[in-house]
Amino acid sequence: MSVDVVHIVRTGTANIASVMAAVRRLDRMPVLTDEPGVVQHCDKLILPGVGAMGATVAELERQQLVGVLRARLAEDRPTLAVCMGHQLLGRESAESPGVPGLGAHDGCAVRFEPGEGRRVPQLGWSRIEAPVGARFFTESGHAYFANSYCFRTVPEGWLGATAEYDGSFVAALERGNVLTCQFHPELSGPFGLALVHRWLELAHNPSPVPENEWRSTRAVAEVEPATPAMERKA
Amino acid sequence: MLLPRVIPCLDFRDGRVVKGVKFQNLRDAGDPPELAAEYERQGADELVMLDVSATTHERANQTETVRSVRETLSIPLTVGGGVRTASDAARLLDAGADKTGVNTAAVDRPEIVREIAERFGRQCCVVAIDAARREGDAGGWEVVTRSGTHRTGIDAVEWAARAADLGAGEILLTSWDQDGTRAGYDVGLLGAVSAAVEVPVIASGGAHTAAHLKQALDAGADAVLAASIFHDGEETVGSVKAALAEMGVPVRLPVGAG
Repeated sequence: MSVDVVHIVRTGTANIASVMAAVRRLDRMPVLTDEPGVVQHCDKLILPGVGAMGATVAELERQQLVGVLRARLAEDRPTLAVCMGHQLLGRESAESPGVPGLGAHDGCAVRFEPGEGRRVPQLGWSRIEAPVGARFFTESGHAYFANSYCFRTVPEGWLGATAEYDGSFVAALERGNVLTCQFHPELSGPFGLALVHRWLELAHNPSPVPENEWRSTRAVAEVEPATPAMERKA
Repeated sequence: MLLPRVIPCLDFRDGRVVKGVKFQNLRDAGDPPELAAEYERQGADELVMLDVSATTHERANQTETVRSVRETLSIPLTVGGGVRTASDAARLLDAGADKTGVNTAAVDRPEIVREIAERFGRQCCVVAIDAARREGDAGGWEVVTRSGTHRTGIDAVEWAARAADLGAGEILLTSWDQDGTRAGYDVGLLGAVSAAVEVPVIASGGAHTAAHLKQALDAGADAVLAASIFHDGEETVGSVKAALAEMGVPVRLPVGAG
C-alpha cells in the first residue's frame, strides 16, 4: 500500500482539493498530513500552497513542520512543491520581508513588474521550455500560473526551466528527488499530469526509514478517498 | 508570455447544467462532470461554473457538483453564485474550486473581497461585475446587481478599481446590455475597466463568434468567457481557438491539434 500513497502537507491553503484530485487521477492515494514524522520521512510528499508567504510559514511553524521539511529536503527525499511551496524553498520573499523560507537554496522571490498589457498577478497559461539534462522536466509545454512573485535566476546546484513574463523567471526547479513548480501542475491539463507522473515514477527515497517508525494511526485515519474536505484555520 | 484564455461557462442548478449544450458525443448533456471534461478535452483554458439556483434548496447540492467536476477536471475551476460570506467561499474551495466569484455580496459589503483575499490569497478571489450603460446622456456604466434587477448608480469602472484594491485577483466583467444579444462584447466597457486595474479582466456578455473574442482581447481583456457560442454544437472551444490563431492571436491549442 505504501507505494501508492502520496502524502500532502496540510498547509491550510486553497489548492489542496485540486492536488488531491490530480493524485487520484494518477492512480495514487492522496493522504493529508500535518504530522512531523510523516512529513520528514514518507516516500512521496507534496507541499502545496497558495496565498501569502508569511501566512504559509506561520502555519507551518505552528504545526512544527519547518524543521522537518528542512531535514527532508537536506535528505533529498522525494518532494514536489507547488506555487507558494516552490517559493517556500528559497531564502525569503519580498512578499513577506524578514520571514525566512526553508532555505533549500538561496533564491529570493521578487514581485513581477506591472506594465504595458501586463497584469499582476500573472494568471494564465505560459510556455515553458524543458531544460537540457532534466530528470523530471523533460517535456516543453504550456502550464497554468497564478502568481505575483517569482525567482529570477536558477539557484546554484539546481536545474531550472524558465518562462517569460516581464522578462525571464523560474518556472520550475529540480535537484535530485525534489521538483518545485511555480505553476500549478494539478491545473495544467495533460502536460501537468505527465510531469507529476514522471516525478512519482522516477523519484525514489534514498534513505528509507521503516514505515512503522513514522506512520501513525492518525495519518491512516485521515485517508479521504473520494471526498476530500480539508480543515481550515481561519 | 501569457496566452489569452478562452473560458467556457456552465450555468448549473440543483446538480444539473441548465441551458442545453448539444455535444453529439455526450451521454448526458446535463451532467456537469461530463460537460466539464468535454470542454477540457476541446482545449478550454479554464472553466467557470455559475450556480443559478433561485432557492437555497436548489443550492444544497452545490458542493457535490463542484466535487464531482473537480475529480475529472485538470484545468482551473472558478465557481460563483450565491457566495455571501468568506465561509461560502471556503466551502467551494474545499470542494475543489480554485477560485470563487463574488458579485452582489461584494457590492453590498465590499469587505468580503478583502476577507476572501486575505484568507485564501487574491488569486482565489474573482469579483464579478455586471455593468450596464447609464441611461440618458451621462455616458459611462453603472453596476447592476441581483441578476440585473437593481441599478446601483455605482460607476462600474470605479468599482472595478476599488475591488482590485480590496484584493480581487481578477475581474469578471459582464455587459448587461450585450449579454444574450450575440452581438459582441461591450468593447468600450472592457477598454475602460482594463485600463483602470492592474489585475486581469475576463470579458463576458454578448460573444457569438471568434471575431467577437478577438475584439475583446484587442480592447484589453486578458480572457474571454463565452457560453452560448458553444451551445449549438457548431463551434467548439477548439474550433474557436483555431479561428483565433488564424487571426494571429496566440492561443494554447489542445494536445493533438498541433
